[in-house]
Amino acid sequence: MEKFNIIVLAKQVPDTRQVGKDAMNADGTINRAALPAVFNPEDLNALEQALAIKDRFPGSSVTMLTMGPERAKEIVMEGVFRGADGGYLLTDRLFAGADTLATSYALSTAIRKIGKFDIIIGGRQAIDGDTAQVGPQVAEKLGLNQITYVEEILEMDSKSVTVKRVITGGVETVKAPLPCLLTVNGSAAPCRPRNARLLMGRKNYEVPAWTVADVNADPAKCGLSGSPTKVKKIENIVFQAKESKRYGADEKEIAALIEELAVNHIIG
Amino acid sequence: MNNYKDTPELSARMHSPLMERIVELKENFYTEADKYDYAPADFADAMDNFERVLELTGSVCDEVIAPNAESVDREGSHCSGGRVQYSAGTAQNLKVMHQAGMSGFGLPRQYGGLNMPVTVFSAVGEMISRADASFQNVWGLQSCADTINEFGSPEQKEKYLTMASNGATMSMDLTEPDAGSDLQSVMLKATEDPENGCWRLNGVKRFITNGDSDIHLVLARSEEGTTDGRGLSLFIYDKRSGGVNVRRIEDKMGIHGSPTCELVFNNAKAELCGDRRLGLIKYVMSLMNGARLGIATQSVGIQDAAWREATAYAAERRQFGRAIDTFPAVYQMLALMKAKIEASRSLMYETSRFVDIYKSLDQIAKTRTLTPEERQESKRYSRLADALTPITKGITSEFANQNAYDSIQIHGGSGFMRDYACERLYRDARITSIYEGTTQLQVVAALRYVTGGTYSQFAKDTLESLADSAQKSTILEMVAKLDAMTESASAHKEQEFTDFCGRRLMESAAYCVMSALLLRDSIQTPELFDKPLKVFVDWAKGQVEGNAAVVMGWTPESTEYYR
Repeated sequence: MEKFNIIVLAKQVPDTRQVGKDAMNADGTINRAALPAVFNPEDLNALEQALAIKDRFPGSSVTMLTMGPERAKEIVMEGVFRGADGGYLLTDRLFAGADTLATSYALSTAIRKIGKFDIIIGGRQAIDGDTAQVGPQVAEKLGLNQITYVEEILEMDSKSVTVKRVITGGVETVKAPLPCLLTVNGSAAPCRPRNARLLMGRKNYEVPAWTVADVNADPAKCGLSGSPTKVKKIENIVFQAKESKRYGADEKEIAALIEELAVNHIIG
Repeated sequence: MNNYKDTPELSARMHSPLMERIVELKENFYTEADKYDYAPADFADAMDNFERVLELTGSVCDEVIAPNAESVDREGSHCSGGRVQYSAGTAQNLKVMHQAGMSGFGLPRQYGGLNMPVTVFSAVGEMISRADASFQNVWGLQSCADTINEFGSPEQKEKYLTMASNGATMSMDLTEPDAGSDLQSVMLKATEDPENGCWRLNGVKRFITNGDSDIHLVLARSEEGTTDGRGLSLFIYDKRSGGVNVRRIEDKMGIHGSPTCELVFNNAKAELCGDRRLGLIKYVMSLMNGARLGIATQSVGIQDAAWREATAYAAERRQFGRAIDTFPAVYQMLALMKAKIEASRSLMYETSRFVDIYKSLDQIAKTRTLTPEERQESKRYSRLADALTPITKGITSEFANQNAYDSIQIHGGSGFMRDYACERLYRDARITSIYEGTTQLQVVAALRYVTGGTYSQFAKDTLESLADSAQKSTILEMVAKLDAMTESASAHKEQEFTDFCGRRLMESAAYCVMSALLLRDSIQTPELFDKPLKVFVDWAKGQVEGNAAVVMGWTPESTEYYR
């Protein structure tokens, strides 16, 4: 039977689902101290997909990969406690302040260093940035096929993977040759819990930490210096009912609605 | 939130001075650390493991089991085509608990088990019961495997313990339509089938919790022509063999997630477990003691849930311009509920620890001869565990009912509606003082220890090492009252009269023991237990004095006007 080498991309994020009054700093950035750090929810869906492959194809391996400060190794440990074989933490001051471009560059260098893989699985997007760009960019940088919005892996063999992906208003069944990268939607199966035997047996696992030099990355492409995205301002916008416009159901009104949406580039 | 992290009272109980001994025995002096990556290398390592497993349980309880509890209660289990279908929530709970590696919890590692002490199993049982009492029946019955571990053949252990560690569910099939509290009357027939090298079971079992499980332990009459307990043997039935169908499941008042089955055995293939004729008198007695402790953990979980529901409601509910928990009538009830929980925990974990010590020594005795000191130790704790089990089960289950009742009372009219969890807790609590031996039968089991002075002596021994305090003096007075009423109830040398006084004697003995143990815990961790201790001793003192006044005023003639 086939065995697969699977890499799971996961991120430690501030739990933006638990936003309180002090969640934002005065300058509009996230107050990370006020929010508990958690495993990005959709990355847990991704991990479950990886572990399910391992269940179906015993002998397969699941490797966690994350980037962040020292404490982000908790993400690797969390993966190990749920059934991953091991993992790596990318951590270096030079990685700090990365936008999606610099992040995907850093991750791709680490994946090259890991070397052997058949499939890379990450969550659709992280709840702190909500860009959904990192997975696709990693695939581009590694020259891989990619399937986004994956809900379920239907079939897998040594050459290809067939998945169900959610699209607006329905689902698609998509087949891609391996190796490839998948990003998993939050509607996919929830992740299994930590496992008692692993919590005890693997508690002394040392997460290898890699620096920019370890993965042979170009420092100019990492972190702040590798990030063209500059955040000008973050605003808290609350829509209110009085700002809404109402359109009726006759043709004239509908035409006006379409025009309004087109002008604002929402459609068209 | 985490069901374990929010209960420091629970982790405090894991740090008993006796724990070090329990763990070294359970781990057979840490001889497995080189063989299994999850076996601890020393005491600190083991305690860290327990903490991890309890925290994991807490998160599963909080994220899965508790949120499912309401739908499990509404949906219940179903029966069709002779098979049981769990409610969707129960099925999910089982799946997640197995994924969390919580199967084979107390079993040896050589069969894939976690080799966890009973004390930790009790803590898990308590947490699960707080989240959904009915799920504790389904999950907790895996401890039936302990009986196979203790008395089964090497082949049976290899087969069934491995299955249990892989998530097989279990049941113990004891009760029959005409054999409830009186198990000696069991009629289910076991006949040898020498051709196939097995036994065949025929007959009916009733009220079997989780009766469609993968592995059944069945009490059956193997000796034709006998009518008492000595004609009964214990059998193992593997569901895959076929021959046992579920005729119906009961429509119960509570614990809806736990299917209660009527089973029809039709020439079902089974294996004898242990020796013939020892089924009831040895194996089921051992099985029942474990099960009774399990019900005690369930009772403590329900007590705790009832108190939390009441506490949250009373803080939120405003009447006469203030939160109702600021009224003396209400805060007094809440404090007593909490005191009962802590007194129950002190007793329930003490019993668990004693069971741990003697059972681990029993296991060690299978591999080498125990030293004379170890034999003494085993005897002492086995006797104490046997004495403490009936009062633990008896009183914690009564307290579960009392707390569930008070929880509804604090909710007022709202508590009578199905909108609040206290209503489910009230229904779930009701069975705890009935199954695995009614409170009345726990009184019978405890009575000889009362009259033999075991509880009184145990309370005194516990108090002796503790520094003097007002509470200690009060508890000593309670124990003196217990001694006096015991003497009065026994003086006439009439068993019926002693039985007549039994309930009051047993309760008084239990309150003395619980007070002494809670005082000890309170000295160790005053910030958690000082208030519950004082509240409990206030209450218990009144109970014991009241019981003494009544019992000592009775004579054998008094029974006349009760008939």
